[in-house]
Amino acid sequence: MTQALTIRGLKKTYPNGFEALKGIDLNVEEGDFFGLLGPNGAGKSTTLNIITSLVRKTAGQVKVFEHDIDDDFSSAKKNLGVVPQEFNFNQFDKVFDVVATQAGFYGIPRQLAVERTEKYLKKLGLWDKRYSNSRMLSGGMKRRLMIARALVHEPKILILDEPTAGVDIELRRSMWEFLKEINESGTTIILTTHYLEEAESLCRNLAIIDHGCIVEDSSTKDLLRQLNTETFIFDVDSDLQAAPQITGFETVLIDSCSFEIRVNSDQHVNRVFDVLSEQGIRVTSMRNKTNRLEELFVSLVAKNMPDEQTGAQS
Amino acid sequence: MNPQEVWIALSTIVRKEIRRFTRIWVQTLIPPAITMALYFVIFGNLIGSRIGDMGGFDYMSYIVPGLIMMSVITNSYSNVVSSFFSSKFQRQIEELLVSPTPNWVILVGYLVGGMGRGLMVGLIVTALSLFFTKLHIAHLGITLAIILLTSLLFSLGGFINGIFARSFDDISIIPTFVLTPLTYLGGVFYSIQLLPEFWQKVSMANPILYMVNSFRYGILGVSDINVGFAFAMISLFVVGLFIFALYLLKNSKGLRT
Repeated sequence: MTQALTIRGLKKTYPNGFEALKGIDLNVEEGDFFGLLGPNGAGKSTTLNIITSLVRKTAGQVKVFEHDIDDDFSSAKKNLGVVPQEFNFNQFDKVFDVVATQAGFYGIPRQLAVERTEKYLKKLGLWDKRYSNSRMLSGGMKRRLMIARALVHEPKILILDEPTAGVDIELRRSMWEFLKEINESGTTIILTTHYLEEAESLCRNLAIIDHGCIVEDSSTKDLLRQLNTETFIFDVDSDLQAAPQITGFETVLIDSCSFEIRVNSDQHVNRVFDVLSEQGIRVTSMRNKTNRLEELFVSLVAKNMPDEQTGAQS
Repeated sequence: MNPQEVWIALSTIVRKEIRRFTRIWVQTLIPPAITMALYFVIFGNLIGSRIGDMGGFDYMSYIVPGLIMMSVITNSYSNVVSSFFSSKFQRQIEELLVSPTPNWVILVGYLVGGMGRGLMVGLIVTALSLFFTKLHIAHLGITLAIILLTSLLFSLGGFINGIFARSFDDISIIPTFVLTPLTYLGGVFYSIQLLPEFWQKVSMANPILYMVNSFRYGILGVSDINVGFAFAMISLFVVGLFIFALYLLKNSKGLRT
């Protein structure tokens, strides 16, 4: 399988001495839908900004389809499309011009640039707005505009830095569908996100970065298998005074008609239902307390947290 | 990028830059025209008629080349500094920095944009001056060469200022405290022959004096300085500042941390 992105020993120390990346290694295969997760300040955006040459690395090597970003930056950059976290287009330009101008920066002839601009503005539902000033667009439309702009030179890799931040649920879902569609057409996608539900439903492979180090790098399936405990919330039609006692399970009362229960990977939920039936408690609904990936993420990040932050005594 | 792609990228930047200042023509093209028209009326017509000849020409004819040059200098500089700094401030410059466009193409694109505005304003002011005086161009080649070189030099200055600037205050400091005094003291309104010998020597250290006088030589055929020396100095500055601007574009922490 061809490597779309290869990162070796990547380090970044900012002029103020902050060590944002401490020598990370990453591989992303062609056609992958890859998620880079991590808490704020973990080094996600620094990594993406080094790949796209907006931040200079302190050490290490980055290759995009075997093109080194130092030695062969032109070929490397042609393969990359970038959707940054913040709006960075000229808000006074018309929607059409924002996309067509970007095509020009990649050396795409005007006629082809115009055709591609139409194609991607239509795909992202912005064609009707093509003559509008881009500052007049809603937040969601501006995000879609940045995706259209990033795709206009038809890159092999699309990098998205928190693409659905601040986007309403309906639009988020439609953007997920669009990203899946372009991934299925062969574009490798690398995204960072705070929405772990998004990562779980979109990404085939995930890396978790924390304090400038990769703490986990595997397929989403393998990662979720590591989840030892899941927390469920049960809604019941009884008037509970205390959480039901179920041997071998930890339960916590939430309110008079719901409680939460922790289930280890070697336990079965059937047993819970049996005991609740014996106690005359009828379950009206059951759901995960948090997204499964979120539980794993929290446990991995907590493991990597310095002692003074976890409150541990040395 | 192959040569065709480079050309497309360059023409895209130039088109974007020209679109920027023509879109806001009321702010970019009209004010210098009004200011220069006032100079022509007040200094040229009203006061100038009492001053008499200067350098062998009536005062209006004498100041026209200097005023054209002054508008070209100011507008070339301010176009690039404001456009580049705004791009940096609003992070639109990232559109270019993530693209395969080479740094020298980015630089040339902004410079052509600055020269475009400088020369367009120069043309407007020249056209206005025809309402007040007759222009006879003594040396067309020198006139064109000096105006192009001067516009290029101040576009470079604006670009470098734009890279260093951290706030909008920073982009007005140089034009206000350096460019304007040097322009007014650069022989736009007078011949340095009128000054005492000491101040004549001091004036020779003012680079704008060389540009104004070379341009005046191109139009009227008279100059306070050696035009060949002026061309050599301006060319040297252009090359030096171009190399410096390219270095900054690659290494400035203001663009890439």
